[in-house]
Amino acid sequence: MNIHITNGRIVDPATNTDKTADLFIADGKIAAIGNTPVGFKAERVIDAKGCVVCPGLVDLSARLREPGFEYRATLESEMAAAAAGGVTSLACPPDTDPPLDEPGLVEMLKHRARLPDFAHVYPVGALTEKLDGKHLTEMAELAEAGCIAFSQANTPIRDTQIMLRAMQYAATFDFPVWLSAQDPHLARDGVAHDGEVASRLGLTGIPVVAETIAIATLLHLVRETGVRLHLQRISSAAGLEMVSAARAAGIAVTCDVSINHLHLSEMDIGYFNPHARLDPPLRSQRDRDALRAGLASGAVNALCSDHTPVDDDGKQMPFGEAEPGATGLELLLPLTLKWAEEMQLPLALALARVTCDPAHIMGIPAGALAVGSAADICIFDPKAEVIVSRERLKSQGRNTPFLGLPLAGRVKWTLVDGVVAFGD
Amino acid sequence: MTPALFPGNPQLNTRGGLQHLLSLDGLPRQILTQILDTAAPFTEVAEREVKKVPLLRGKSVFNLFFENSTRTRTTFEIAAKRLSADVINLNINTSSASKGESLLDTVDNLAAMQADMFVVRHASSGAPYLIAQHLAATGRDHIRVVNAGDGRHAHPTQGLLDMFTIRHYKKDFTNLTVAIVGDVLHSRVARSQIHALTTLGVPEVRVIGPKTLLPTAVERLGVRVFHDMKQGLKDVDVVMMLRLQNERMNGALLPSTQEYFKSYGLTPDKLALAKPDAIVMHPGPMNRGVEIDSAVADGGQAVILPQVTFGIAVRMAVMAMLGGA
Repeated sequence: MNIHITNGRIVDPATNTDKTADLFIADGKIAAIGNTPVGFKAERVIDAKGCVVCPGLVDLSARLREPGFEYRATLESEMAAAAAGGVTSLACPPDTDPPLDEPGLVEMLKHRARLPDFAHVYPVGALTEKLDGKHLTEMAELAEAGCIAFSQANTPIRDTQIMLRAMQYAATFDFPVWLSAQDPHLARDGVAHDGEVASRLGLTGIPVVAETIAIATLLHLVRETGVRLHLQRISSAAGLEMVSAARAAGIAVTCDVSINHLHLSEMDIGYFNPHARLDPPLRSQRDRDALRAGLASGAVNALCSDHTPVDDDGKQMPFGEAEPGATGLELLLPLTLKWAEEMQLPLALALARVTCDPAHIMGIPAGALAVGSAADICIFDPKAEVIVSRERLKSQGRNTPFLGLPLAGRVKWTLVDGVVAFGD
Repeated sequence: MTPALFPGNPQLNTRGGLQHLLSLDGLPRQILTQILDTAAPFTEVAEREVKKVPLLRGKSVFNLFFENSTRTRTTFEIAAKRLSADVINLNINTSSASKGESLLDTVDNLAAMQADMFVVRHASSGAPYLIAQHLAATGRDHIRVVNAGDGRHAHPTQGLLDMFTIRHYKKDFTNLTVAIVGDVLHSRVARSQIHALTTLGVPEVRVIGPKTLLPTAVERLGVRVFHDMKQGLKDVDVVMMLRLQNERMNGALLPSTQEYFKSYGLTPDKLALAKPDAIVMHPGPMNRGVEIDSAVADGGQAVILPQVTFGIAVRMAVMAMLGGA
């Protein structure tokens, strides 16, 4: 279908564009920006007056809970949430049940997600079988099946020798490795940042050194193996400093933060709010401020939703017993805008962290509004406020620490391959 | 439909009065003093021939113990019975929880049995908050919750009975130096004591213990940290010993009970460094020869048994204030 998006403010960080112009879509691709192409006949006109037209969001981590955890969420519910959140490409971590450790599972997930008006799903394969941290997966086969990177999700490899071997093997084929940095021994039984709040509430702490020791180990192994490393969900100022220093020393390493860690701190645990039970834990305000500044400067390369649907049974428990995680796909855009507003950043810079920058990390052709590229587009009203509520969320996980908060930035239309996936 | 969790402090009602007793952290001094004042006349009830007052007649108090405890449960039971309440004791770890029933399902079932008050002990920090928030979110505010110990977080009635004991012997809080000795890290009692002492105006609260048994940033709770017991006990008015749980012995926290006793056990020698009229307290049950020498536990400065007696009066006061309206 030929679509003519008119009157919108086109903001595309990848092409350094920020102007009011019309955008034309034909055959699922962007046909032109500005002047009407010769012979173009619009079958549909979307009036984007007062709205921003930007590339569809690219999310580095969204758990769809399939296969295995369908009671928490289904592909349909979470893909609807992605569309409602303006997300058109997402990476899916391997901690499904069974984990994404064999090509058949990856192909099945890709097939299930290949419905029209669904976001593009990019599976991240398991680095070890069943994420057991012992046996390497068939990475070459998994990559052929569609995996864009290899990861352990939040399950660490305890044996450093196996970590070294896994990196060497991945580096053989130049596969990127995405890892969370948390020393499992120092984090044992921990449920919150080891600081004043955990001490006061009597919660077992996870010290910052659990992150920095793990980062140090991983960076040394990267030096040894030359593997392309992406560190997922950095949580501390000290951790970020190490990543920046390594990058300055010429090591190819990238990192991301989650929307939760960008806006919240240990203080938000309040009176044992299980919504603030997250992995890694929310850290101090100083840590949060460093992550916010780092994302602005580019020291942190991307922002992700870390979308983790948890059902009410998993959340309505005493803090330490509650399941970690929060829903996020529908909050990624408004929380990006909130951060940009609070830090007084240009809109294009803020949007880069959720469009072209994560697309670059994923190595996919997305996150840009270039003529000829797939028409994956998000159109949002930056002024319209929405109160985060259980009723409005399309994700089956209705738990987030942001419930009740009014947030500016309402997605009006989401287009995937030129098809309207969300909006009327 | 499950309601959203209520994020505010559920302990105080909109008028700033006591809705539940969940923690001493954040309780105003005036409420602490009011509880201690209310407890004072209840100490006399025990002296009477008929040890009962009718303040909670017709009310049902459920002792909901998700973690074993004979002593605390018994003192709550006695306190409730002396207030003429009907008391139902439930040891949940031997019933529903092992059948997979969730904490809030258990609470809903018992609430449906017309409970007026839950006295809750749970191994997870914050469990009584979850219950109170759930009751508020489901419009059952009339059911009151008393925290009888949650994880490492709080044991507010123990903290209160300790304050009652200190006030009984020392009269005034504002000229005291108090030392809390031992495993502060794992102790809900210590946390409640620290909040109560600082709120009541004790100018110097000390914690004494090895670094493995003190919480991170404990000084931000308003205490002075000592690792040397002899320095820490110097000229104190009150020594509050903590119980060292046996399971702490097998890990990497301490090498042996013998070494612990040598460094942090309260002996007559070490006690001699405190003021001559210093009192010695312990929440019980005591490990003689581990954290306290028998000569001290049974000595003239120990007020450990009066603590138990006062504990009943303080728990009566809390229950009367919450449920007697």
